[in-house]
Amino acid sequence: MALLDVIDLVVEFPTRRGTLRALDGISFSIEPGEILGVVGESGAGKSLTGSAIIGLLEPPGRVASGQIQFEGSRIDRLSPAQMRPIRGRQIGAIFQDPLTTLDPLMSVGRQLVETMQTHLKLSDRDARARAVQWLEEVGIPAAAERVEAYPHQFSGGMRQRVVIALALCAEPKLVIADEPTTALDVSIQSQIISLLKRLTESHGTSVMLVTHDMGVIAETCDRVAVMYAGRIAEIGPVADVVRTPSHPYTEGLMGSIPSLEARVERLRQIDGAMPRLGAIPQGCAFNPRCGRTIARCFTHRPDLMPAGATQAACWLVGGGAA
Amino acid sequence: MFAFILARLLQSVPVLLAVAFISYGMFAFVGDPVTAMLGQDFTAAERQAMIHQLGLDQPFYLQYLHFLWNVLHGDFGLSYRLARPVGELIAERLPATMELAVSAAVLSLLIGVPLGVFTGINRNSALARGLMTLSLIGVSLPTFLIGILLILVFAVLLGWLPSFGRGDVVHFSHWSTGLLTSSGRRALILPAITLGMFQMTLILRLVRSEMLEVMRSDHIKFARARGLSEHAIHFHHALSNTLIPVITIVGLQLGMLIAFSIVTETVFQWPGMGLLLVQSIGVADIPVMSTYLLLIAVVFVVINLVVDLLYFAVDPRLRSQGGR
Ligand SMILES: Nc1ncnc2c1ncn2[C@@H]1O[C@H](COP(=O)(O)OP(=O)(O)OP(=O)(O)O)[C@@H](O)[C@H]1O
Ligand code: SF4
Ligand SMILES: [Mg+2]
Repeated sequence: MALLDVIDLVVEFPTRRGTLRALDGISFSIEPGEILGVVGESGAGKSLTGSAIIGLLEPPGRVASGQIQFEGSRIDRLSPAQMRPIRGRQIGAIFQDPLTTLDPLMSVGRQLVETMQTHLKLSDRDARARAVQWLEEVGIPAAAERVEAYPHQFSGGMRQRVVIALALCAEPKLVIADEPTTALDVSIQSQIISLLKRLTESHGTSVMLVTHDMGVIAETCDRVAVMYAGRIAEIGPVADVVRTPSHPYTEGLMGSIPSLEARVERLRQIDGAMPRLGAIPQGCAFNPRCGRTIARCFTHRPDLMPAGATQAACWLVGGGAA
Repeated sequence: MFAFILARLLQSVPVLLAVAFISYGMFAFVGDPVTAMLGQDFTAAERQAMIHQLGLDQPFYLQYLHFLWNVLHGDFGLSYRLARPVGELIAERLPATMELAVSAAVLSLLIGVPLGVFTGINRNSALARGLMTLSLIGVSLPTFLIGILLILVFAVLLGWLPSFGRGDVVHFSHWSTGLLTSSGRRALILPAITLGMFQMTLILRLVRSEMLEVMRSDHIKFARARGLSEHAIHFHHALSNTLIPVITIVGLQLGMLIAFSIVTETVFQWPGMGLLLVQSIGVADIPVMSTYLLLIAVVFVVINLVVDLLYFAVDPRLRSQGGR
């Protein structure tokens, strides 16, 4: 059984000028211990997918239809009180900017202790000892002394290590890491990613890793989902998606990677821009930018179809215009 | 820390000197102190003697220095109206005003902060909306009207509470308090509500908007994502992050409460400094007015210092910088 199943998820924002459909039928799953990468242009819906999973969509955003199942039971219809024991304890989250994700007025040790004691039965002494252990584990030097330090006393990279410790300290089974290195200095990005990979591997934690960095995807993830305009364009094992992409959009993304080692390479610029939510064209959302359109692309929207080892939402795969 | 306090005190010296200058200016140039002291009938010689006695024949800067010297020694001159040392008059009235102002401040904090948190968290509830509408009334009704309405309802119609005065007070050497007698406590209620009403609604609205702001921040979202309880999120993470602006405003407002207790003291015939000031203004009793001005300046300086110290207590970022 998969750890997480997202089934036909639709997220909508009611606005004065009608309802905006930000996620439009997303389906994927994450196996225990697996790392799923999520890539896509800005506004594709990567962060919204993560927020929907931990139940922190900002109102008026809401799950309009579809299901989110964790260990086989639905978590998308739970009350806040029912959801609270799942957050942090079952599903953790790491956000983009470590400079703003920590409470500036509380020592990092207290934030760790508070989080652990919320979910685990721990005495004050045990919780404190574990807080020090966690800081050591994420590579904070002189952890025993710095446990009383406040966030501003750490550098950006060190703060993101603290954030990782906070996300993992109640030992969740899944961590949603939304661009955990985008806000960091390039020189420390790979350290943070390898720390995350090492820790989640040793704790058997699954990860949904949102990033713009194809190098990170290629090196870190087991599978990858490519998102475009609120939908998944292609999903499959990393090696296949990177080496033999089936969706023209994925091809465009991969075209820029000279080798798997080139870590700093970002998503290639594809001509044109992703359509705004209110202005998604009929048929395939990628059709204004696609160089290989067929008639069908302008009338009917493709769903994910098997394409070799991956699945792609494109009329050119899986029997084409049939 | 100590260096910071010292620096702050030194910074306030020019401010105090400037206020002292204005206050001296009032003393020397507004009205005619000689006539005021001598009354209607006097000879030219008497007038000359009085001018000399007051030092008015000396150069201007010497007069100012002399004034400063006297002030630093607790000599604020004689009240024209009561012919008593102003220092004494103020010292008699100070406890009544402080008791009223502090009660009003405590009242406005005890009610304003919890209601601000409540309306900030339950932004869309009917009760919160009702409170916000009521708070608009509190902000916009003038103080004297609130006082008169309260007197009308609770003193005249219901007869529950006295409409004027301070009740019985207990004296401790230089201080007096009405808090220890039941008539003193009853007399305090209406004036304290009247004086604190504006501040209470101001604090309510401030805490509410700060809460709304903080609740949108990333660290609150992260606290949510870690599954912390609502209580921990609201009180350990959100409220503490609203404290800096709240402390700033509350500090300033406490100064305002003391400085502007005038209206409330007049409405309730409260025997404090405000009432003394109003009576003094009526007859141009300059020494009292200028001393009052000085005192208010000192109050603001002290409050600013306390506010700065509270910043240190609340915000570790300032602590480690050792002052801005
Ligand atoms: N509160 C909101 N109201 C209306 N639309 C919203 C709201 N929040 C997000 N959206 C829309 O949802 C879409 C997806 O946003 P999301 O933040 O998930 O993008 P993303 O893929 O994470 O992009 P990025 O790479 O920039 O982080 C965007 O088009 C955005 O405009
Ligand atoms: S469906 Fe058509 S428009 Fe869309 S990606 Fe495939 S070929 Fe291009
Ligand atoms: Mg995002």
